[in-house]
Amino acid sequence: MTSVAKLVRSIPLNGFRFATDAVTIEAASPAARLSIRATKRGVTSLSKSLGLTLPADPSKSSKKAGRHALWLGPDEWLVVDEKLAAEDLIPKRASREFSVVDVSHRNTAFIVSGDDAATALNAGCPRNLSLKAFPVGACSRTLFGKAEIILYRTGRTVFRVECWRSFAPYVRDLLCEGAKDVRN
Amino acid sequence: MLLIHCPYCEDDRPELEFANAGQAHVVRPSHMSEMSDEDFEGMFFIRDNPKGVNLERWRHIHGCGRFFNAVRHTVTDKFLKVYRAGEPRPTDAELAELLK
Ligand SMILES: [Zn+2]
Repeated sequence: MTSVAKLVRSIPLNGFRFATDAVTIEAASPAARLSIRATKRGVTSLSKSLGLTLPADPSKSSKKAGRHALWLGPDEWLVVDEKLAAEDLIPKRASREFSVVDVSHRNTAFIVSGDDAATALNAGCPRNLSLKAFPVGACSRTLFGKAEIILYRTGRTVFRVECWRSFAPYVRDLLCEGAKDVRN
Repeated sequence: MLLIHCPYCEDDRPELEFANAGQAHVVRPSHMSEMSDEDFEGMFFIRDNPKGVNLERWRHIHGCGRFFNAVRHTVTDKFLKVYRAGEPRPTDAELAELLK
């Protein structure tokens, strides 16, 4: 008789939370993530099967019922779904017009929120995070200290920070230092 | 920090997001085995190192990931022009105009 090993998903820094008066940093809940490369035709068919449009313009995102599509490059997107598993999102039929890779477990994410969230992020991120330069819905691959992140502004004072899971402790520590450095 | 304009992101981004990727417009040979050693050396190893206007490849590695070309002044470090990969090399007249 053979036994089948059952894999249990472990979430880096599961349940992590740190808060000051002005900034809250939390580990985001588990999510399904797809790394997508696609041609123009691929975008059309994927937008249909995913039920939301893959944005064509730089740094733009789209969302629908807990599912987000983030523009990363001219033919590259990250799709994050907070409810479904990646298997439920991947198109059933393969195509030469796109590639879809399940990276749900490669990344983990933090939610950074509060009046001084942008200031805390700027401790390690060199980008202009004013609402004019980086409005709600803006997203981009960038750097946070030495770690590459994907930054996504989901609200005026709310950011999602996606990073590779092996970088999570580093990103957490630098975020906390940034939050502590913020003084009203 | 230097701000570099990415022609794909259509935005000014901090230099930390970019990596220099050497001289632009180096034409790779279609029949490398038929080249003389001297020609190969020139294509493979020898690069311009001007004091002044330089045509360079850059990659927005911590951004959209794309390669593009830039005209940079090596003394002032000023980016005079950026353009997408595949677009033609600016003419000498255009380069002179950029320096004005
Ligand atoms: Zn770019």
